[in-house]
Amino acid sequence: MASKLKVNPTRMELRRLKDRKKTAVRGHKLLKDKSDEMIRQFIGYAKENMRLRLEVEQELSNALAGFMLAKSVSTDSVIWEALSMPAISMELGLSTKNIMSVNVPSIEIKKSESTSLYPYSFASVTSELDKSISTISALAEKLIKLAEVEKTCNMLASEIEKNRRRVNALEYIMIPQTEEAIHDITMKLDENERGNIVRLMKVKTILANRE
Amino acid sequence: MRKEKIAVLGASDITLAFKAIGMDVYDANSIGEASEKLKLLARNYSVIFITEDLAMQIEEQIERYRNRTYPAIIPIPSSSGSTGYGVANIKKDVEKAVGTDILFND
Repeated sequence: MASKLKVNPTRMELRRLKDRKKTAVRGHKLLKDKSDEMIRQFIGYAKENMRLRLEVEQELSNALAGFMLAKSVSTDSVIWEALSMPAISMELGLSTKNIMSVNVPSIEIKKSESTSLYPYSFASVTSELDKSISTISALAEKLIKLAEVEKTCNMLASEIEKNRRRVNALEYIMIPQTEEAIHDITMKLDENERGNIVRLMKVKTILANRE
Repeated sequence: MRKEKIAVLGASDITLAFKAIGMDVYDANSIGEASEKLKLLARNYSVIFITEDLAMQIEEQIERYRNRTYPAIIPIPSSSGSTGYGVANIKKDVEKAVGTDILFND
């Protein structure tokens, strides 16, 4: 149970607490709605994330296995020579997107214009290498998409957790505490009022008896 | 200044494949090396792909970048195939957000 708030039993304090409760209840409702919407969006992203990841993992594993195979046919130095100076460079266009006031990344690929994907002459290496390079290159776009979606999921999950704590703190601590304090003050004020009336009645009878 | 480029961190045998398609690659063959390089890369790159075997070992360090928009640090399978680490991470996210894994527990 939440510990009791220590307040002065005055009308001023009562008013202050009532206002505070109103704000807390409104905030609670808003945060709860935010949480619902965030979870709704998160589920969409999580599904997309899972789909992309399974696809990418499958394809990338295959491509890398192919690459290892291609590597094993030629000598290391040939492969190194063929690949160490890439013909294309991959640039990204970065921006952020706002999902329920979470700033998530939005990434685009800007592939530089180049005549050929392959940085080597076809004479020196095997066709397996060509194939694995072209599959990996085709995968790049998916990889970037995965990066974007996965990061979004990560950030949304953390934000949802944080938001849930706020909702719970309001619902189970802040609002009950304020309500209890309001109740206490009302009781105390009523009690004072009754005491006052009794006192007046007493005084009245004393005065009446004197005459 | 963060570069608008992609970095790949992994064992030297597979990074070469990514180099060919225009990503910047960094080799790391031990945990210490990986952790040091990641620290540098995180400052300079916006998307970092790291192989699962390394990511698993420096999980705590990666966790620190979780709530920032950039860099996005994404585990990818290494040459020995996927270990299910990436999928486990997605499930962890769902659990964190919803409370229980209601989407993918089959």
